[in-house]
Amino acid sequence: MRYLPLTEADRRSMLEAIGVPSVDELFRDVPEAARLSGPIEGLSNHMGELEVDRALSAMAGKNLPAGSVPSFLGAGAYRHHIPATVDHLVQRGEFLTAYTPYQPEVSQGTLQVLFEFQTQVSLLTGMDVANASMYDGATACAEAVMMANRVTRRKKAVLSGGLHPHYRDTTTTDARFIGFETVVMPPAPTGGEDLLAAVDGDTSCVVVQNPDVFGHVRDYTELGKACQAKGALLIVVVTEAVSLGLLTPPGAMGADIVAAEGQSLGNALNFGGPYVGLFAVKEKLVRQMPGRLCGQTVDADGRRGFVLTLSTREQHIRREKATSNICTNSGLCALAFSIHLSLLGEEGFTRLAEINHGKAVQLADKLAAVPGVEIVNGSFFNEFTVKLPKSAAEVVEALAQRGILGGVPASRLFGGGLDDLLIVATTETNTESDMDAFATALAEVL
Amino acid sequence: MSMNNQGRPTGIQNTDSAVPETVTGNRGLQIEEPLIFEQDSAGRCGVDLPEVPAVGPRLGAVKPRGRIGLPGLAEPQVVRHYTRLSQKNYAIDSGLYPLGSCTMKHNPRLNEKMARLPGFADVHPLQPESTVQGALELMAELGRWLATLTGMAAVTLAPAAGAHGEMCGIMAIRSAHDAKGDKGRTKILVPESAHGTNPATAAACGYAVEAIPATEDGRVDLEALKAKLGPDVAGLMLTNPNTCGLFERDIITIAEAVHAAGAYFYCDGANFNAIVGRVRPADLGIDVMHINLHKTFSTPHGGGGPGSGPVVFAESLAPFVPVPYVVQDKDGAFRLVEQAGDGPAFGRMKAFHGQMGMFVRALAYMMSHGADGLRQVANDAVLNANYLLARLQDVMTPSFEGPCMHECLFDDRFLKGTGVTTLDIAKALIDEGFHPMTMYFPLVVHGALLIEPTETESKASLDQFVTALRALAERAKSGDVAYFQGAPRLTPRRRLDETAAARKPVLRWTPAVEPETVAAE
Repeated sequence: MRYLPLTEADRRSMLEAIGVPSVDELFRDVPEAARLSGPIEGLSNHMGELEVDRALSAMAGKNLPAGSVPSFLGAGAYRHHIPATVDHLVQRGEFLTAYTPYQPEVSQGTLQVLFEFQTQVSLLTGMDVANASMYDGATACAEAVMMANRVTRRKKAVLSGGLHPHYRDTTTTDARFIGFETVVMPPAPTGGEDLLAAVDGDTSCVVVQNPDVFGHVRDYTELGKACQAKGALLIVVVTEAVSLGLLTPPGAMGADIVAAEGQSLGNALNFGGPYVGLFAVKEKLVRQMPGRLCGQTVDADGRRGFVLTLSTREQHIRREKATSNICTNSGLCALAFSIHLSLLGEEGFTRLAEINHGKAVQLADKLAAVPGVEIVNGSFFNEFTVKLPKSAAEVVEALAQRGILGGVPASRLFGGGLDDLLIVATTETNTESDMDAFATALAEVL
Repeated sequence: MSMNNQGRPTGIQNTDSAVPETVTGNRGLQIEEPLIFEQDSAGRCGVDLPEVPAVGPRLGAVKPRGRIGLPGLAEPQVVRHYTRLSQKNYAIDSGLYPLGSCTMKHNPRLNEKMARLPGFADVHPLQPESTVQGALELMAELGRWLATLTGMAAVTLAPAAGAHGEMCGIMAIRSAHDAKGDKGRTKILVPESAHGTNPATAAACGYAVEAIPATEDGRVDLEALKAKLGPDVAGLMLTNPNTCGLFERDIITIAEAVHAAGAYFYCDGANFNAIVGRVRPADLGIDVMHINLHKTFSTPHGGGGPGSGPVVFAESLAPFVPVPYVVQDKDGAFRLVEQAGDGPAFGRMKAFHGQMGMFVRALAYMMSHGADGLRQVANDAVLNANYLLARLQDVMTPSFEGPCMHECLFDDRFLKGTGVTTLDIAKALIDEGFHPMTMYFPLVVHGALLIEPTETESKASLDQFVTALRALAERAKSGDVAYFQGAPRLTPRRRLDETAAARKPVLRWTPAVEPETVAAE
């Protein structure tokens, strides 16, 4: 119990100062019937550092780290190289163990980071302003749809079939409880989705993903204009933030709201979380945004400083009228994102995106040469879909037995159907020999 | 000036003596740090990257973008930038952080080390289940600890934060009423003293919110509650221990009344750290409760997040647990249920399976303390808070009679007529080297000061805090208003103009030249 500094002597003298005979007396408001007299059964007693390390390391040892084998997993979570500096800096106690910057005079570090993060996200997405981050990309997407309903006072959202199914489900769950209708288009892995046909006078927004869950990249400029003409907002979702280094940004395609996942920069896979949701909007929508915002101001001496601002939208002031119930952000993950992007800079980020795309082109050509394999995409960033002559789930299992993590079966995401589709991703971490091993193994298991 | 044996002045000194300006604007170790965008040098890069593969692009109709507007810096410049920024933060590693209701306790580094094991940090959420048995086992084990500590029947680890857990719980309540075909329940009752997230959550789940007043002794008014219960009420959201730092003595009676009216009892478990190991929420009649892992089980707050808000369900609501969740097959293998299917589960709350990185930290903390140590955690958290209450009650005004649980509440009556406000006291505390307590919350008392020391503070640090607060209270009563209004004086920035920030929001840096949207032809 090395985390507890009080000694028995301290406890005795403190009880004396309080004027009670025992600590049990301090729990006297707890109904007698609900008081536990001893430790709870079924749980181990305290363990030393070495024992905990041993127990948890044993559990960790039962997993296959993605970095230990050729890995081509994506579908919303990507394994990129994280410079050593990122993790070192986020572990500085002054960042790691600080709270929400409620006292700006002693939180300028966190606040300036958030201001810089907001700027970086705005620049990447091509939008006017961004918030200080959301839980993850999926919850950001759901919040974007709720926000579109608030802004347009319409109660229907049209979701592309190319939207990541977890994002789709998160959004439809939230929408259902508040009585909003969601029109979910069926998945169209080979294209040919007519979103505009589903848009009518009740539609608040159309949600598209770029690159979509099958890896396709598209220009949504015309869709944006058509939505605008019908009074609906265009929400663009991005699950691979590195793509923003190469593709026309959503803002330039006419997006009103961008909801994205920032895990690709600075954040490890972590078996799915914590991640960092990015949320950016056009200027006119700022006061309707969910989440925290950091703003620039001056102090009593006239010097530039930063504070949390526009909190009149938030739950601690507006309570049931708040724009959302969110009262936190992904502070530390946003910091990791920001540090990684600062290290890359303009040149590095652009080049990283080009490498990612180039690797995917290389892999697509290698896999296309495997008999029976068909590449579904005509255009993509660092992820694409292959059509297989047999169940993708079985293929993935067989590849895993050979020490290759060969992508995500579409059926796993969609809960069945699309059985022959495998979603494959590359990043800068994949070597030429990884790709050759993948192609060889795939040929063997087919 | 009198000094104690550690060289610190024991009385309050006049700090208005002129400090000479420096040429750089820096003051010793306090370095002025420009925005990262103001340190740009085109062409610099802090990462070594391989060559771009020599292949043609396959982007279809999408044009490659042009200049983004990011700055270029080398690695040492980036290290210095963030190191200097970090030095402008107060943190639990630096000192006492007595934010009531926020629970800032020591963050053990063992937790960080465990979360970074490649077997946890470097596994993909969609790897074949056969390759992540250890990760699924960890989730199952964490769920078992939470269910055992709370006495509950089912657990979801999915919610990303406490407020997200609240949504999950209220959605389960709504789903349960819907499953019974009970459509007439349109209201959620929420006490006035609740966290702001409670009413916001109820509204976000489509409910009307009705407030329940507090009694003179800081608890829910039972009679007012009973009067509001009826066939239109879906549930009650109650925080226990409540936000006044008090245990709701009538909680079992409250639960019975809520159930008798056909409603469900949601408990905001933000303050579970006060009772962990001493009381099982299920024994109080609670149907569903979220637990802020970062508070009770010490995952770092990271300047605002990430959090993690698992939810525990009693038998009454167990069928409504959302996906995903872990099950163990007869052969011992762990499996993830990722699709809601046709069952009563209401769906999905975020991508993938929850905040795995936080799960590892929380379980490491649980195992380190064990069942015996967690009981001691609650004991020490409550003892520390009551000690502060006892040592400060003659100079400040406690809002309610004790004992308090893990936090103690004062209000601004002791400042009446002095011209000094709660905010002023907070700012003066900063100059004394302490992060202030939570101010102006809960709203049920005027000018609230909510102090939560947690179990990881030593008696010495509490005594130092008491000394500082007593001195400030006495100084306020002596009428030295100017001293307080000028505080803080010793921080990287003095009081910031929040009104100006909100009136004309500047939410980003803007480049002198607009970036290009697409590359030049």
